[in-house]
Amino acid sequence: MMRRLMSNRLAVPAILSLLVVGLFFVMPSSFYLRVAALVWISALAVIGLNLLMGYAGQVSLGHAGFFGVGAYSVAILPAQFGLHPLVSLIVGALAAALLAFLVGRPILKLKGHYLAVATLGFGILVFMVIGNEAWLTGGPDGMPVPRLVLGDWRVRGGEAWYWITGALMVVGSWIAVNLVASPTGRALRALHDSEVAARVVGVDVARYKLIVFVISAVYASVAGSTLALVNGFITPDAAGFLHSIQLVTMVVLGGMGSVLGSVVGAAVLIVLPQVLTAFHDYEHLLLGFLMMAFMILLRAGIVPSLSAAFAGRRA
Amino acid sequence: MSILHVEDIGIAFGGVKAVDHVTFHVEKGEVFSIIGPNGAGKTTLFNLMSGVYRPKFGKVLLSGEDVTGREPQELARRGMSRTFQNLQVFFRMTARENVMVGRHLLEKRGLFAHLFALPATARQNRESAEAADRFLDRVGLAAYADMPASAMPYGALKRLEIARALAAQPSVLLLDEPAAGCNPVETEEIERLVRSIADEGVTVVLVEHDMKMVMRISNRIHVLEFGRTLAQGTSAEIRANPKVIEAYLGTHGSKEASVACR
Ligand SMILES: Nc1ncnc2c1ncn2[C@@H]1O[C@H](COP(=O)(O)OP(=O)(O)O)[C@@H](O)[C@H]1O
Ligand SMILES: [Mg+2]
Repeated sequence: MMRRLMSNRLAVPAILSLLVVGLFFVMPSSFYLRVAALVWISALAVIGLNLLMGYAGQVSLGHAGFFGVGAYSVAILPAQFGLHPLVSLIVGALAAALLAFLVGRPILKLKGHYLAVATLGFGILVFMVIGNEAWLTGGPDGMPVPRLVLGDWRVRGGEAWYWITGALMVVGSWIAVNLVASPTGRALRALHDSEVAARVVGVDVARYKLIVFVISAVYASVAGSTLALVNGFITPDAAGFLHSIQLVTMVVLGGMGSVLGSVVGAAVLIVLPQVLTAFHDYEHLLLGFLMMAFMILLRAGIVPSLSAAFAGRRA
Repeated sequence: MSILHVEDIGIAFGGVKAVDHVTFHVEKGEVFSIIGPNGAGKTTLFNLMSGVYRPKFGKVLLSGEDVTGREPQELARRGMSRTFQNLQVFFRMTARENVMVGRHLLEKRGLFAHLFALPATARQNRESAEAADRFLDRVGLAAYADMPASAMPYGALKRLEIARALAAQPSVLLLDEPAAGCNPVETEEIERLVRSIADEGVTVVLVEHDMKMVMRISNRIHVLEFGRTLAQGTSAEIRANPKVIEAYLGTHGSKEASVACR
């Protein structure tokens, strides 16, 4: 029964919907709603990155670059061209897609560590441009982001953003599970295991790597735009190296090739530091220690390891 | 016109001429075997024919069309499919999913429909899954359909690769040592399978070390040694060829030679 439920493609978006709705009623204050909104936003970016890393097996250490493109689009486009924030979000996503397409074509030919370093370089490049073009981006100090207004509704407050970001994350998970369970998803998983075997049955490996790279960039961009709109302010750190590393860590911690794991990974890495502030000076020490412990004890990532242990006990 | 024509082909790795001026053609519907001692260049020849390697010189013609240097996926589109001597299985996928990937070129591949789970995608998935089950059944792996490939035994994986290659509905199928590492019962099953594939009109190019099987099943045999053609002919001609006997006696021990010469 349980297993039949889990094997359904729609189980994951359904669980996540319940989680978003259920959590809302146990949240004691709007501070917690804000933290949860940050989790949903990161989860969205991580789901996209997991499509690239966990399913297609291609690493990116520069995904915060795409996140930054989305974030600065909703800051710059309304200010410079008077575009509506929603239109800016879409333009940003298209720009990230185009950028991913142009950058991905040459660098996705690289494998393993070489791909890692190339994507790292891309991320640093975006970060540098944002930091240097102060006339447009406010430079290292960052810039304000105009409020989102939908009709008569000025979107503000923890509650509104909780629902918007939660819904975005659920839709993102739904699209991801759809993709994974489609011919495209099978081609991606196939090339992860054997590129040559995928090629001889007709999979255009270069094309599929590019497709998933572009898709994951769009996820990151939309997440970046949303974060900027929620915070009302944006700094270059959103596009920085540390943020890229954080996204990769969330993928691996939650579980490569697990959409549910992406959300868990994001949740752990955002909530844990908040909890650990209680330990003052030892905060970072404990965080590092816990991350190592997670990886040693649950080496396939939190969700895949736990579900394997669970299935094993029942079998 | 031959369905597959290899013309004076060659490639070298460093100083090693792995395949050197090899020429042959394969007629539609025949079982054409390539034999030779380990390191003779058989797998390299497969890699050249299937577009995995680009030849240094020479040509490959598929159905009369020059396909030299084309990518494997383009050759797949033109009806070529293959298996690998060293397993190339999608280990993180189930047996059924492995074979479904073999349907790739026959699937509707509209990305939009995939992202938003349009009804066409569900229909396509069902169609591919049903086809995959047919091919799994064909190679005797129906019971493994839902098993992750990583949990399957070696002999089953060899047949899984054949099912995946067949799922692409090729006109030319290259099999690289399909019976290697299999027990006698499995080997016999594979021989029957290859026979039935050929009977359906699929052209089979076979590399195999089991000489009994090769001798029984092949319409013609091409013998390689040190990357060069040593001999070519029917089973009877090859068995009687003194150069072949000598090569097998010289480099390959007497066991296989006695089998080859029987
Ligand atoms: N990718 C490669 N790089 C270097 N040498 C290779 C490569 N592939 C094959 N060879 C060499 O080419 C020769 C033929 O190998 P192979 O085609 O695998 O032989 P066979 O399949 O007949 O046993 C061997 O000497 C092998 O070491
Ligand atoms: Mg070989």
